[in-house]
Amino acid sequence: MIRLEKRLEPSRMMTAVTPVIAVVLTMIVGGIMFALLGKPPLEAIRIIFWDPLFDPNFASYSRPQLLVKAGPLILIAIGLSLGFRAGIWNIGAEGQYIMGAICGAGMGLAFYPTESWVIFPLMVLAGGFGGWLWAMIPAVLKTRFNTNEILVSLMLVYVAEAILASVSQGLLKNPDGMGFPGSRNLQQYPSAANTELLANSGMHWGVVSAFIVVIFAYILLTRHISGFHIRLTGEAPRAARFAGVKPARVIILCLGISGMLAGLAGLFEVSGPAGQITIDFNTGYGFTAIIVAFLGRLHPVGILLAGLLMALTYIGGELAQLMLGLPGASIQLFQGMLLFFLLATDVFTNFRIRLGEAT
Amino acid sequence: MDISSINPFLLIASLMVSATPILLAAIGEAVVEKSGVLNLGVEGMMITGAVVGFVIAVNTGSPALGFLCAALASAVLSLSFGFLTQVLLTNQVATGLGLTLVGLGLSALIGKPYEGIKSPTLPSLDIPLLSDLPVFGIMLFSHDAIVYLSILLVAAVWLVLTRTRIGLVLRAVGENHDAAHALGYKVIRVRLIAIMFGGACSGLGGAYISLVRVPQWTEGMTAGAGWIALAIVVFASWKPWRVLLGAYLFGGVTVLQLNLQAAGLAIPVEYLSMSPYLITIAVLVFISARGNQGAPASLGRPFHASS
Repeated sequence: MIRLEKRLEPSRMMTAVTPVIAVVLTMIVGGIMFALLGKPPLEAIRIIFWDPLFDPNFASYSRPQLLVKAGPLILIAIGLSLGFRAGIWNIGAEGQYIMGAICGAGMGLAFYPTESWVIFPLMVLAGGFGGWLWAMIPAVLKTRFNTNEILVSLMLVYVAEAILASVSQGLLKNPDGMGFPGSRNLQQYPSAANTELLANSGMHWGVVSAFIVVIFAYILLTRHISGFHIRLTGEAPRAARFAGVKPARVIILCLGISGMLAGLAGLFEVSGPAGQITIDFNTGYGFTAIIVAFLGRLHPVGILLAGLLMALTYIGGELAQLMLGLPGASIQLFQGMLLFFLLATDVFTNFRIRLGEAT
Repeated sequence: MDISSINPFLLIASLMVSATPILLAAIGEAVVEKSGVLNLGVEGMMITGAVVGFVIAVNTGSPALGFLCAALASAVLSLSFGFLTQVLLTNQVATGLGLTLVGLGLSALIGKPYEGIKSPTLPSLDIPLLSDLPVFGIMLFSHDAIVYLSILLVAAVWLVLTRTRIGLVLRAVGENHDAAHALGYKVIRVRLIAIMFGGACSGLGGAYISLVRVPQWTEGMTAGAGWIALAIVVFASWKPWRVLLGAYLFGGVTVLQLNLQAAGLAIPVEYLSMSPYLITIAVLVFISARGNQGAPASLGRPFHASS
């Protein structure tokens, strides 16, 4: 008989190995899925994971895309991971991302057509503020009324989408857009554009911020008292209370940081790769970032690697759509399966597998 | 604008239809949570039910078979959640989110070739004599079979939970799984059955959206109904009849805002369409400010016999 025996401490080796096992399992099951769809499985896996980086025909285009896609994912996932560690579940990052983009773009468009170096920094502030404000709604409701933050933050995604639809057809609509919905293109407004910093690298301010945030999160979690409080709240809530950690402060801190980072990601996206506010400029990064956070084991360095891997599946997925006619949704399923396998293989981290009866 | 064009009796009839998917999903989730498991994958199971029900109904021409297969498919999908959380002891919140993401991806993949097709829909089941009543006939007694089934299901869940031994065991497992285990009840087995029941109900609810309410397939068509169902369970304090009340109140708000849109109220469409979500938040705040009475004590906690 197989039974599980709880480890006294999570295995460090397994913590590092299980994400790799999960990726391999996802490739195998994904391959079977592609075969069922009538596509060559090995070729599909190669196109998704190998060709975007090393194929001479595509690599020059897709390598920069890797950073473009990984930037927002890492930014959002780092914020989410802080909350997840403390048992605070912000799953409305998509909404905070949208609100950050709206506030940031709105700030920039308010100055149009003035040119000044202060405009972009002001937009960054406004973007972070927008996301922070949107995340403060579940945070305050949680601390004041003990309202479930999972449901409130998620409901607010739908509200944010409605606001996005409204402003892209009204408040922020391009007056010279000949009636088409959508704002002015910020890429054509030099003071507000989030431009590529090095030609053909994909490196823009959002990617730079993502790298900086990884370092800050690492220091926060390993060296700072707030990081210790966050970890303590998640791992031993009772001990945290005895140690004088105020739950309300941790909630405000975690939701605030994750909202702000999601808002920043939204601003960098809308002023950079997306270029303008449209009804559907958001592409679900807020939800994919949840997978990134778990795939990275809620650890800043892990999230950095996981963000790059997840960006690869986006680009590879697009390539596979082009080359093999693979449906776009299969990549979404692929990413969902990855999270499932990752959670399933976690059992090896926390338990030993034993054969035979208990002694 | 013309408010008088809104007929209150037709409003009640259409709110019953509009509330049925959330009612089905919420009553299933109430049972799951009563057994001490928090399954956040309702949205994923609903959308899977929606696509499976639609595909089967289009291919066989039988909506009834569509509903049956939708319930089965979502129950099987929920079993993957059950296996992960109950056997491999994964975090229930994360696994539920994963289930939603898998369900959304899977349904988009299956449904792609079926976009833009109309499905065969259910005939309305006029209850003899009662449906001939003036006003009330149209309002309450000429719906399709699933509307009545959903109300019967609420009654059945109430009866089983409060009046039978099975219900007692289920509640014991949900309130204190260690004590229930010590008494010899199979905690994991009870929870797996509850999870599958919840899955089947969500599947029926999803299929009701794609086969009756819309009746078409579009990607992501459940649009948060699963999350609203989760909120309604909290609103209802885990009590079956209050789930019915909550779902119908919510259905009423949805139908009213659609009617106001159609009547050309001077409020922009976007603000009206966000109102159901805002009202859900307001209700959640109101309920939680009073304190969450009735939450099962073991809700969301993992159970392992040795630890």
